[in-house]
Amino acid sequence: MAGLKITTLKKSFGRNTILQNISFEVSDGEFCILLGPSGCGKTTILRIIAGLDQCDKGEIFIGDREVSNLTPKERDVAMVFQNYALYPHMNVYENMAFSLKIKKLSKTKIDKKVRKAAKLLDIEDLLDRKPRELSGGQRQRVAIGRAIVRNPRIFLFDEPLSNLDARLRSTMRVELARLHQKLGTTMVYVTHDQVEAMTLGDKIVLLDKGVIQQIGPPQKLYKSPSNLFVATFIGGPQINLIEGVLDADKNKFLFRAGSLIIDLSSRSGLKKYLGLKVTIGIRPESLMPADGPFLGSLEVVEHIGSETILYVKTVNGRIIAKASPIFQRKTGDKISLALRTPDVHLFYKGIRI
Amino acid sequence: MNAAIRCELRVARCGFKKIMMKLSKLIFCGVTFVIVFMSLLPFIWFVNTSLKTQAEVTAIPPTLAPSGSLHFYHSAIVKYDLLHYVKNSAIVAGATTFITLFISILSAYVLARLRLKYKGLIMGSLLLVSMFPQISIAGPVWKIMQSLGWLNSYQGLIIPYVTLTLPLGVWILTIFFKELPKELEDAARIDGCNRIQTLYKIVVPLAAPGIFTAAILVFIYAWNEFFFALLIMTQRKFQTLPIGIALFQGQYTLPWGEIAAASTVATVPLVLLVFLFQKRIVRGLSAGAVKG
Ligand SMILES: Nc1ncnc2c1ncn2[C@@H]1O[C@H](COP(=O)(O)OP(=O)(O)OP(=O)(O)O)[C@@H](O)[C@H]1O
Ligand SMILES: [Mg+2]
Repeated sequence: MAGLKITTLKKSFGRNTILQNISFEVSDGEFCILLGPSGCGKTTILRIIAGLDQCDKGEIFIGDREVSNLTPKERDVAMVFQNYALYPHMNVYENMAFSLKIKKLSKTKIDKKVRKAAKLLDIEDLLDRKPRELSGGQRQRVAIGRAIVRNPRIFLFDEPLSNLDARLRSTMRVELARLHQKLGTTMVYVTHDQVEAMTLGDKIVLLDKGVIQQIGPPQKLYKSPSNLFVATFIGGPQINLIEGVLDADKNKFLFRAGSLIIDLSSRSGLKKYLGLKVTIGIRPESLMPADGPFLGSLEVVEHIGSETILYVKTVNGRIIAKASPIFQRKTGDKISLALRTPDVHLFYKGIRI
Repeated sequence: MNAAIRCELRVARCGFKKIMMKLSKLIFCGVTFVIVFMSLLPFIWFVNTSLKTQAEVTAIPPTLAPSGSLHFYHSAIVKYDLLHYVKNSAIVAGATTFITLFISILSAYVLARLRLKYKGLIMGSLLLVSMFPQISIAGPVWKIMQSLGWLNSYQGLIIPYVTLTLPLGVWILTIFFKELPKELEDAARIDGCNRIQTLYKIVVPLAAPGIFTAAILVFIYAWNEFFFALLIMTQRKFQTLPIGIALFQGQYTLPWGEIAAASTVATVPLVLLVFLFQKRIVRGLSAGAVKG
């Protein structure tokens, strides 16, 4: 077990710069999520940590050892691939035992470790099967099993759940969380699914186009997104964004967009943005049907059981709000929305203020 | 009324379709049978001849069914020293296959996986080399072997054979290696393998169908090759089967039956080889490795 530290990593393939100035730290035993849209370089970071690819610039520390120039073997990390990558000519047992055999462990030791991991993952009945005789979820477990028998310093997961159906994914998610609690090993987990990121992670590193957008615990990214990308990427349904101007009335700051006026009296330090164009971000759950500044008509009403999602057409564009599950009104009805809490997000030129 | 007629028409059309389908199947089977029969005819003919007696071989009209005598096999072995040639062929073809495959596996892996400049050029020139007509390189090869003093030695034939079969081996294996999922090799490296271990523990087992295919083709080539063998092996001691059989024929004798028996002995191992490994040549071994 060990922590991980990456400093000023840079990587390009040919003329395309894929990663720029990537720096983050994962402390010992932490569950760190690399989150970002497809093609933003998540897999590339993981491969560089594992030693499968070399970076152009930057340093990687595992524990307090610099590993940038070491082979994957010397780094002692385990990786679970996006598409499992089980060895098709070996059965489950051999797949899991492979790395231990390479390490030249004794037969009895290997057997003990493999059986222990199989028990932990509940795949003891599958040990004699070939990968092609397994279902997707079972292959997934074997791939994880192959990683945990090694007792590595760091686990790397590359979208391990992306090939599973929704139900299996949520079960496996819980199991992964349980596994992490049990093993306590440092984990770096790549995903583009923000639900996975929010539920599993101790810390999220959010990337876009090869640049880190924000690092922090899930709640921090949700509650105070550092820029517009973070605000829109995290949270579902998406945050409502409205462009307008920062105005003042007596000693109160106001946000004004056409006829819409939002009171920002709870905020301070806005003086230097007075009269400038800003963007306001309001999470759907901060809005509720009541007398308030937003007027419009109901476009779509989604009853999803625990709550109701309202899509409201206003002069400021479509606004999404959440209502209680017993919300009665129908499409086409006039509605007014009010702020439930004063916590709105303000952005100037895309950056949080 | 109308409906009934239409219905009947439809039934008739259905029947017609069925008949056509059966017919096309029949034609397909027939054509396949004819092709197979034609390619097997020489083989059937000399196997048949080899099982006759001396009298049956020269009988007019020819006897179709042989009496099943093994006389010619006996005499080919005793009088013409057939097994000596079999041994030479086995040594030459076996060594050629082994060396060609060993080199092919290593170079094909490099060509398939490592980032190299001029990869296309290398592959192209391999193809080009394999297209040289044998006759155009026969002279230089003979000269080289002569100056090395390797005329009439096993290596004198094995080395030209390896050279000639390498392009084929490298091509087949490069294509096979390229098709294997890359993640498996990444997984192996994470599991602690170095490049060589990855190659022989993961890549080679998975490419087994390709390796067997290449091995059989190379073996067949080396086993059957006549031209270079004739040039380089002038002493009986090192001659291979094709040369040996060709030399059964004396100035005044044409030992028809013995030649047929020897040809059978020369062909059967190849047929067996292909049958034995047919199952291994089927693809799809890598199914289940990765999703999809
Ligand atoms: N070997 C390579 N050669 C050239 N470009 C590459 C190579 N590997 C990745 N890339 C590029 O690097 C970028 C990042 O790729 P990467 O696989 O890291 O994305 P990702 O974040 O894992 O995406 P996904 O969520 O779809 O898996 C992509 O634009 C991709 O085209
Ligand atoms: Mg990826």
